[in-house]
Amino acid sequence: MTYLHNIGAYFIMIKDMFRKPTKWSVMRTLIFKDIDDLIIGSLGIVAFISFFVGGVVTIQTALNITNPLIPKYLVGFATRQSVILEFAPTFISIIMAGKVGSFITSSIGTMRVTEQIDALEVMGINAINYLVFPKFVALMLYPFVISIAMFLGILGGMAACIYGGFSTLEDYIIGIQMDFIPFHITYAFIKTFVFAFFLATVPSFHGYFMKGGALEVGKASTTAFVWTSVVIILSNYILTQMLLSS
Amino acid sequence: MIEVKNLHKSFSDAHILKGITTTFENGKTSLVIGQSGSGKTVFLKCLLGLFHPEEGVISYDGKIYSELNSNEKRNLRSEMGMVFQGSALFDSMTILENVMFPLRMFTKQSKSEMEDRADFVLKRVNLANAHKKMPSEASGGMQKRVAIARAIVNKPKYLFCDEPNSGLDPKTAIVIDNLIQEITDEYNITTVINSHDMNSVMEIGEKIVFLKDGIKAWEGSKETIFKTDNEVVTDFVYSSELFKKVRQMYLEERQ
Repeated sequence: MTYLHNIGAYFIMIKDMFRKPTKWSVMRTLIFKDIDDLIIGSLGIVAFISFFVGGVVTIQTALNITNPLIPKYLVGFATRQSVILEFAPTFISIIMAGKVGSFITSSIGTMRVTEQIDALEVMGINAINYLVFPKFVALMLYPFVISIAMFLGILGGMAACIYGGFSTLEDYIIGIQMDFIPFHITYAFIKTFVFAFFLATVPSFHGYFMKGGALEVGKASTTAFVWTSVVIILSNYILTQMLLSS
Repeated sequence: MIEVKNLHKSFSDAHILKGITTTFENGKTSLVIGQSGSGKTVFLKCLLGLFHPEEGVISYDGKIYSELNSNEKRNLRSEMGMVFQGSALFDSMTILENVMFPLRMFTKQSKSEMEDRADFVLKRVNLANAHKKMPSEASGGMQKRVAIARAIVNKPKYLFCDEPNSGLDPKTAIVIDNLIQEITDEYNITTVINSHDMNSVMEIGEKIVFLKDGIKAWEGSKETIFKTDNEVVTDFVYSSELFKKVRQMYLEERQ
């Protein structure tokens, strides 16, 4: 029953996010601040993880190709497919659910605990629009982060491949160009937009509707991470089924 | 003037407000007092429109809140100022930005006009040199004064304060009380304060509403509260040793 209530409250929050918009001059500042916090602030960790995980994917693939009949350029092919289809959009989104999601929940939750949200409501401001909408807009730039993750993942794979002696640069480049299907990029970005929507709204919901004190802010952040991950994994399955299996 | 008629509010099975009827006049500082858990904060949040009562009518200068459409409610709320118990200043903004916030949201003033107005009210609350500080760098008393400045910057018609001097030392508490009283007189606004501080009652209680278990147990002024024989009120007022002694001296003098 509580789950149904929460799902209903979540959709009402989504509707309220677009109602009674905040004055544009104020909203613009909030959007830029959230772009800085959520997008620019995540680039470092995303770049670091992408580069090294791309490298690990390459090493694992190369070490598992023991049959001498399998061409070496398959290492590059496998790395590209793994990075573009799953690693960059999904794996990075789970990491972002932890980094960005807990930031959103704890910042909104702290505003709830310290009555700052009440202060907004008393002034007649639509607090959901004021707090959640700029995060939603900022995270529409999330595909930019994922593009960087894709590029660095493949680059990390290349570095690992060459310096580990698993194949030559030429083989790797042939591999990453082989049988390229442009729709896979479209598929990855469709997923990314959907995940961005959940990354903005699910943690906001947990922060906005939390009750209690500082301890509950921590609990809400953990719950938000769990639910954002669950929703991302489920929607990943559904979208993959819809877009790739035809 | 704010008129409240037969106000009822419940949460699940708990009936918190049980038919409160009272009025708060323009240009007067009214105090809602009572023990913790008596329903003061719920009452104040009903006045602010944060809680919706199941029964009863709240009207602001003749406008019945529940009959207003969302735009009218929004306009009415922009005429309200609120000082929260914990100040509720926005952490991410400087003190100047906090005070300018209602102007940015509800007026079309230029940046310099907003800064001038914010500067004026900050001086009014004796915070002329704190513009660039963050709320976390300000003391409790300073935060309360910033909250008052933010509440009055857009010239509200109604000012609400939830325990404005809780957590403050007695001297700072008196400064805050006097400041609210002066602002109420100066701008002729309707001020409603939640408190359980008897010093505030003695300083600024032009009208006092005493709540006990969600019921209005008594209503009067600071002059009459110390003369009442209402047991519920005397129990509360004379729970402090200091007031007990003052009462004893008063009764001995009268004999």
